[in-house]
Amino acid sequence: MYKILKNEEVAPKIKLFEVYAPEVAEKAKPGQFIIVIVDEKGERVPLTIADYDAKKGTISFVFNEVGKSTKQLGLLKEGDSVWNITGPLGNPSEIKLFGLVLCVAGGVMIAPMRLQVKALRDAGNSVVTVIGARIKDLLFYEDEMKALSDEFYVATDDGSKGFKGLDFLKDVLAKEKFDRCVVMGPVVMMKNVSEITKPFGIPTVVTLTPIMVDGMGMCGVCRVTVGGKMMFGCVDGPEFDGHKVDFDGLIKRQRMFLPEERLSSLLWELHGGCHCGGK
Amino acid sequence: MAESKPKPKIKKEAVPIPKQKPEERRRNFNEVALGYTEEQALEEANRCLQCPKPQCISGCPVEIEIPAFIKLLREGKYEEAIAKIKEKNSLPAICGRVCPQEEQCQMKCVVGKVGEPVSIGRLERFLADWERKRGFKIPEIAKPTGKRVAVIGAGPAGLTVAADLAKLGHKVVIFEALHLPGGVLVYGIPEFRLPKSIVQAEVDYIQRLGVELKLGFLVGRTYTIPELLKERGFEAVFIGTGAGLPAFMNVPGEDLGGIYSANEFLIRVNLMKSYAFPCYDTPIRIGKHVVVIGGGNVAMDSARSALRLGAEEVCIVYRRSREELPARKEEIENAEEEGIICKFLAAPLRFIGDEKGWVKQMECICMELGPPDDSGRRRPVPVKGSEFVMDVDTVIVAIGRTPNPIIQRTTEGLQVTKWGTIVADENGKTSLEGVYAGGDIVTGEATVISAMGAGKKAARAIHEYLMKK
Repeated sequence: MYKILKNEEVAPKIKLFEVYAPEVAEKAKPGQFIIVIVDEKGERVPLTIADYDAKKGTISFVFNEVGKSTKQLGLLKEGDSVWNITGPLGNPSEIKLFGLVLCVAGGVMIAPMRLQVKALRDAGNSVVTVIGARIKDLLFYEDEMKALSDEFYVATDDGSKGFKGLDFLKDVLAKEKFDRCVVMGPVVMMKNVSEITKPFGIPTVVTLTPIMVDGMGMCGVCRVTVGGKMMFGCVDGPEFDGHKVDFDGLIKRQRMFLPEERLSSLLWELHGGCHCGGK
Repeated sequence: MAESKPKPKIKKEAVPIPKQKPEERRRNFNEVALGYTEEQALEEANRCLQCPKPQCISGCPVEIEIPAFIKLLREGKYEEAIAKIKEKNSLPAICGRVCPQEEQCQMKCVVGKVGEPVSIGRLERFLADWERKRGFKIPEIAKPTGKRVAVIGAGPAGLTVAADLAKLGHKVVIFEALHLPGGVLVYGIPEFRLPKSIVQAEVDYIQRLGVELKLGFLVGRTYTIPELLKERGFEAVFIGTGAGLPAFMNVPGEDLGGIYSANEFLIRVNLMKSYAFPCYDTPIRIGKHVVVIGGGNVAMDSARSALRLGAEEVCIVYRRSREELPARKEEIENAEEEGIICKFLAAPLRFIGDEKGWVKQMECICMELGPPDDSGRRRPVPVKGSEFVMDVDTVIVAIGRTPNPIIQRTTEGLQVTKWGTIVADENGKTSLEGVYAGGDIVTGEATVISAMGAGKKAARAIHEYLMKK
């Protein structure tokens, strides 16, 4: 059991959890993820690590309350526990001195991007950060990200704050020579950013969050085509070359269980889950 | 219990094991084989010739003294009989169910030369079940040695090593990456062949020997092997991480929805209990027309699970012929009795999806058998112009697994073969001091009992190493 020390709503239906998990905290590095299982009947939910503190023995992660598992998780209070946390999983991000780095984050992935920006700055890089969301109310960490970055932009899908969409990135890229681009967020956004950076020849790293079950190289559900080759998100990733990922294939695979996810979520909303006892 | 007298003439036929009827069992997950009654066990035990020079023992990977335990059984001394088995095998309830006895002990049985061999596996199972019902007795445990051993993986190899070393007085901690112990026994082998309660009882027994179990702990990511040895106070490590990454065929369309690796399919169903979705959170979708690619035990398990999950039709597609099927004969028979169709000498060329990215058809080509390949089996060769298309909505790819790469990538100096398996000698010793390995991670995909055999040998070697240190 892993005790929840903090449950904070950073934006509507977006929760940040800080959990006591000393062994994970001791080993975590930027870019890695954990598997969270809420209770004995729960699914194995992969979530990117948003922060860690080895001294306190804590890790943080941020999630969107969209499906049954995350809604159930979000209801847990400080002092409650989650059943299981396994991690850190996946390969850590490559952090070194690249020069000028563009970091683009969307939605809940703004949280792990903060860790990324910090690490890149500590390694001596100059960082231009962009955070985005569908609408302005879903943005968070704005001030902190601004303070951490050499240059900072905001974008929303509806233009309610900052730039409307991400097309403005072309102007940003045209102004200066970037050495690397790091993208974390919804697949469609990562696809768009990768398409924008490609003509500029900027090495672009995307963090993929495909469907996973075990998350450590057993089931193969997280397979994704990268440069024409089959790769596994959990053991070969989660970071891949954004210019080589077959995003359309990934989008289809992410939607595989949509009807089941909706049913499960609806049952949770209506009855607090299924009560058949597993029959 | 009175001793039942050996019959003057040995019956040629073995006592059949009672089973659930095919028409019933094809829609439930309850165990198929129901086990011998006491009378049946005694009758079958009496078929044993008690050979002065028994052949059966040499067919057993852990060298159980088979005639000795059968003699005790027919004398009604069940407690002594199971103790005799447990001298060599800590997990008899499991082995009695999933060992391929027909290729091991029973293949060597002398009675088998004139009729059906003695059903050694069923007798082993009878005794193990008798013992479990009565409650396990904890054997004598040696005085604590003060030595600590880390065992990586709570599957058949790891559980065996842990039990043996704990009995010798060592402090053992098992690190299991999944959230439940048992390895392939819980995520791979379905309930109808090996009930999970049996695995749990064996794990409980091992914990009562003093073994500590850490779940959800992935060695290589959380702590590495060098860290366990240098910083965490372990003097030896055993790697029993099993077969890992699923193999795919690398044909077009393999990433369509509805195409599962056997590992994914079985993990969802067995470990995550998807059959009880939405009560359990992990979903699975089974179509009407299910195809399983491959011919091993994992293919049979997948096919039979799919049927139980409600598929209308389940077809196994195998590129060789019936004679080359690697699955146990008993499981093939069980599968066919349940209505599973086998399509031999065919292989997929590509998968065709619908507009939502879900598989709807599979194009295959017919094969014929050419000269033998490296494995000694006749190589399947495509027949030109024999392509055909099948309507499918679920595909399970059961063509094997390759070793999980995490330990190898995070353990400097650990020698690995070109296939990714760990190099170890016959006692499990690897290229690193104090580091041992056994089971599928060394041999590639094999059986539960061979993993346990490797565990036995490694436990002996680790004990020797620790006591010399």
